Amino acid sequence: MLTILFDGIAYGMVLFVLGCGLSVTMGLMNFVNLAHGAFAMLGGYVAVQAMQRLGVPFLASLPLAFLAAALVGIALERLIYRPMYAKSHLDQVMFSIGLVFMAVAGTDWLMGSGQQFIHLPGWLQGRFEIAGIGIGRYRLFVIAICGLLAFSLQWGFTRTRFGSRLRAAVDDARVARGLGIPVNRLFALTFALGCGLAGLGGALGIELMGLDPTFPLKFMIYFLIVVTVGGTSSITGPFFAAMLLGVADVVGKYLVPEIGAFIIYALMVALLITRPHGLFARART
Amino acid sequence: MTARSFESRVGHALYAGRRWHPAELAFWLLAFAAFVLLPSQLLLLNEIAILALFALSLDLILGYAGIVSLGHAAFLGMGAYAAGLFAKHVGGDPVAGLLAGMSAGAMLGLLTSPLVLRGSDLTRLMITLGVALIVYELANSLGWLTGGADGLQGVAMGPVLGLFDFDIFGRTAYLYSLSVLFVLFLVARRVVHSPFGLSLRAIRDNPLRAAASGVPNARRLAAAYTLAAAYAGAAGALLAQTTQFVSLDVLDFHRSADLMLVLIIGGAGYLYGGLVGAIVFKLLQDAIASFTPQYWMFWIGLFLVLFVLGGREIIHGVVKGVAGRLSAVRKGAVR
Repeated sequence: MLTILFDGIAYGMVLFVLGCGLSVTMGLMNFVNLAHGAFAMLGGYVAVQAMQRLGVPFLASLPLAFLAAALVGIALERLIYRPMYAKSHLDQVMFSIGLVFMAVAGTDWLMGSGQQFIHLPGWLQGRFEIAGIGIGRYRLFVIAICGLLAFSLQWGFTRTRFGSRLRAAVDDARVARGLGIPVNRLFALTFALGCGLAGLGGALGIELMGLDPTFPLKFMIYFLIVVTVGGTSSITGPFFAAMLLGVADVVGKYLVPEIGAFIIYALMVALLITRPHGLFARART
Repeated sequence: MTARSFESRVGHALYAGRRWHPAELAFWLLAFAAFVLLPSQLLLLNEIAILALFALSLDLILGYAGIVSLGHAAFLGMGAYAAGLFAKHVGGDPVAGLLAGMSAGAMLGLLTSPLVLRGSDLTRLMITLGVALIVYELANSLGWLTGGADGLQGVAMGPVLGLFDFDIFGRTAYLYSLSVLFVLFLVARRVVHSPFGLSLRAIRDNPLRAAASGVPNARRLAAAYTLAAAYAGAAGALLAQTTQFVSLDVLDFHRSADLMLVLIIGGAGYLYGGLVGAIVFKLLQDAIASFTPQYWMFWIGLFLVLFVLGGREIIHGVVKGVAGRLSAVRKGAVR
């Protein structure tokens, strides 16, 4: 039982890394980017290809995944995302779904539709037991990395100048701009960071959630739950949402496999019904 | 300007919108004439008619009531499964099956309407998406009823009205689907020009003001949502009956996304938007599928992106512009 919980936490950690970039971009520009999963997929494929084709070790492939996703993120933000900020949510949703479809079909064409696998180094394979709890080495590794990331993000968000500017811009972009904060540049940076984190999460998650061209569609709903439940104005909100989601999903799939993904969707609808306004539209005080 | 002449002008404007335009008559005559003119394309035409009905359904809530939805496939699938199961277990009469599909769609619409009426556009998008995913999962896991991933097989249809058997060329199928589309279109046309339809548009344009003028917003929106769900259910029923097969594909997310593209192409907020969009969409799909069958998804994504980047009312705007010029020419001739 505790082993399942442990797996759930690892899963939730990866979901957090995948989703936190989305929550910040959503809060900052009020932009609904359903294509976030495409960046995660990009990171995953970069990691896989780097390891298989170039023989890059696993640990070195992770920063590569981050960099690749971040660079593509910056380029896309500059080129095609900018004009979208002023449009309606419906436009943004359709635009990003279009991007997802292109990413899915494009990846299918380039890489084939099969599942991708990675070879973990020996010291990350297998599991050991502490007090009767089976702990997978890789899962522990994931939790350590993601926990570290969460802490440094939280620290950066609350303690640094960049973080305070970011929070000001999320709270009220117009006033922040009036105070001389370069909101657009801030946003481009944050977008790149979010995409990079998604790419890193995608690479870390290959072992846990698999990787194939339909990844962005399959996990779109998960990112959205993280964002809707967690809110967009902090790091801790999405963190707890991701934990809840990861544990609920893993436990649900272990204990009652026949209803499968059902729990997650029901959870999301229930949460949206009970908190219809407090999720996307933050209360203006 | 006295009050009476103002009222009569409003009345006249409303009447002008309700009147049948010659172009509309031509459109429907052409649609029925296609049966004779394009006898080799009837299967494609049948798909167009069904997609048009589905798009009409989304247009009712998106274009007229302003409710955004990413999960319209839920109702299509509901109608398809209901009609398929009806044919399998109750009887093969198509019209009865159609009614079963419509009522199943309407039931689901009525049940989910309280969820959809809450919150902002974004919450609605997520909730409709969530509902569609739940319905998909249900159909997937209730294998004993729906056949799960294998699809519902053994849907045997009787002749339409006891007279016309379905054939492999889609002759009966097209006329049947087109007739259903036409009848439902007439109903929709009546509805959107009724006081009910006007109140929907009032809610879409300014919910606060509509509520202040005494429109019961929530009830009207729920009614419109249910009606649209019934229409989507009808489209699903037609799909199940004319293909005599139902698979999980009818509930798939890409159905909802495709439908959005149809309405983007045709333009939302006027009844022909969905119909025109469906024709263009299917022809486009057919043309692209003939040279790259696998990567249709890529093209659909590209079209979505381009349309949104370029302004999604492009084609709609062109159609409106042409229509406006035509009517201006006609008025000039009358004077």
